Amino acid sequence: MIEYEIAPQKKFSLGLKELWHYRELFYFFTWRDVKVKYKQAALGILWAILQPLIMMIMFTLIFSNALNVNSDGIPYPVFALSGLLIWNIFSNGLLNSANSMVTNANIIKKIYFPRLIIPMSAILTALVDFVFALIIYVLVLIYYHQDVSILKLIVYLPLSILITIITTFGLGTFLAALNVKFRDFQYVLPFMIQFLLFANPVLYSTKAFNNPWINAVMKANPIASAIQLCRSIFTGQIVDWQAVATGSIVAILLLIMGVYTFRKTESYFADLA
Amino acid sequence: MKPILEVQHISKQFKIGAKQESYLSLRDFIANPFKKKEKDDKLFLALDDINFNVFPGESIGIIGRNGAGKSTLLKILSKITPPTSGKIICRGRIASLLEVGTGFHPELTGRENIYMNGSILGMRKFEIDRHFDSIVDFSGVEKFLDTPLKRYSSGMQLRLAFAVAAFLEPEIMIIDEVLAVGDAEFQKKCLGKMDEVSKSGRTVLFVSHDMSAISTLTKKSIFLDKGKLKEFTSTPLVIQAYSQNFHQTNVHNLLPATDIPSVTKVELITSEGGILQGNEKPLVINFEVHLPFDLMGMAFSLQIFNYLNQPVIYNWIFDEGNSLKRKKGTHKLSIKYDKIKLYQGNYFIRVHLAETVTKRKYQQFDCCPFEVVMIDKIAPLWGWQNNVCQYTEHGKWSSINKVI
Repeated sequence: MIEYEIAPQKKFSLGLKELWHYRELFYFFTWRDVKVKYKQAALGILWAILQPLIMMIMFTLIFSNALNVNSDGIPYPVFALSGLLIWNIFSNGLLNSANSMVTNANIIKKIYFPRLIIPMSAILTALVDFVFALIIYVLVLIYYHQDVSILKLIVYLPLSILITIITTFGLGTFLAALNVKFRDFQYVLPFMIQFLLFANPVLYSTKAFNNPWINAVMKANPIASAIQLCRSIFTGQIVDWQAVATGSIVAILLLIMGVYTFRKTESYFADLA
Repeated sequence: MKPILEVQHISKQFKIGAKQESYLSLRDFIANPFKKKEKDDKLFLALDDINFNVFPGESIGIIGRNGAGKSTLLKILSKITPPTSGKIICRGRIASLLEVGTGFHPELTGRENIYMNGSILGMRKFEIDRHFDSIVDFSGVEKFLDTPLKRYSSGMQLRLAFAVAAFLEPEIMIIDEVLAVGDAEFQKKCLGKMDEVSKSGRTVLFVSHDMSAISTLTKKSIFLDKGKLKEFTSTPLVIQAYSQNFHQTNVHNLLPATDIPSVTKVELITSEGGILQGNEKPLVINFEVHLPFDLMGMAFSLQIFNYLNQPVIYNWIFDEGNSLKRKKGTHKLSIKYDKIKLYQGNYFIRVHLAETVTKRKYQQFDCCPFEVVMIDKIAPLWGWQNNVCQYTEHGKWSSINKVI
């Protein structure tokens, strides 16, 4: 017979056991968000493929044809797309998860389940889009006859995705928790993401800067390391492992900060939302 | 036998300031990051040292006026919000039904919503698979199973929602006024199902304003008043205590329900002041209604009941053609009786609040007891006797002198 207690929260815990018990909800929330997102669109899930493709074409026209941006010796579309794939997981995941507690407020106020499932599923939804976007990626690679080292592909790609997810999840849960209390983040976030797009080496090379300060920031930036890692699969350039290591540490610190803030405040979400 | 639920010294505190302004703005925080909590943030005890035990198989009713803390208690039991102090020991799985159709999404089909809703309520996928046919059967929407929910009528949505909930199999079930919504036939079906659930040996906690539902479904009840547990004994006794506990004032300020339209104020302006009303004298009743969102059209009605719980007067106002009180916000309504013809005795008012198009019932509650007295009237020979009638009417007598 199960026996448990409902009492004011005293100790901090991750609640992993409970998360495991409710594991099916991850699937259902993600599944719902993916379904709902493309349900009314005539092209449906095709948009998950078209969006990165259109972005790639747009950025190629502006940055490669008009501005002649250095693309580390690979065709600019391949260069841009490898950045955009990582960037889209981050930006969509962050936007989804930061708003997730507010958009699901009606559920939070009426039923209990581990709240972490909501921002986590929001990121999983962004990952589903990523999987579809990979199709475009493969097609572009074939079109440009790009040489790919299989070994690098199966090691670097998952690693870069992992760093991205950890970063997104850390920032996402942090913002989700703050957003419940201060709705201002809802308005700040789109600007923040736009700024970050240009602050990250999505559209230009990490080598574009000579300023040591900027380089130091780039090294500590987990998204920049993830993009660098993802790109090196094609460019054949040596990976700056020091940057990957610092980026990963920053990502883990963000994760701890986010999950801690979230768990600390989650029991009051229903009162505030 | 150990109790299945042990509620020990549960209290819940809200800041009234925080309750009205449901979220803070960053501006306030940036402007005064170090400012201590404002002194006019009044603390409000929604629940004050609640203690009770529930044994397996018991069905417990929870009654109390709006703002008495019923919903807060249910939210604590469902783990949605933590108590400020105290603890509850549970010896079984709890499923709470504070609303039917939580997690329903209009874009998903009926089939998809069954899975979504079921899993949010805590069912595992294999459980939903197992009950799927029975759920569809109970809801009666099999023809529309693959139609998006937004094309369903509100009645169909409700039936589907309740059907999913009906197949939950927790040891403890918490139900909050789900029956206040839906049409009469549906309510009957739900009541029947709940009766079945409680007879099957599961523990049910049931909140309602509907005394007849409480008394048919439960044997023991809790009476909450202003956050305190006033009574916890057999249902008929609790209902009696509840009805005797009406305020002796003619203004009834009620705390607004946070997420549904609710009546926040009922004010009785009697001819004699206070709760005294003169027969055939003017009576005005003012209402304030709070809408947390736009309505499709408001339906508002009131009944005046006598002391035997028999309705005597019924007045209603519907949103018909002219858009009456649809907008979000607080609205005022008023009804005036020029000469109310109630006979002397004790009466009270029952208020109903609903939405016209969807026929959703939002609120129904009793309030404002008052007493009608015969003032400035020529009394019959033997004075005004109680209960000779409920209603006075003028009739013209004529007498025929000649006896046939």
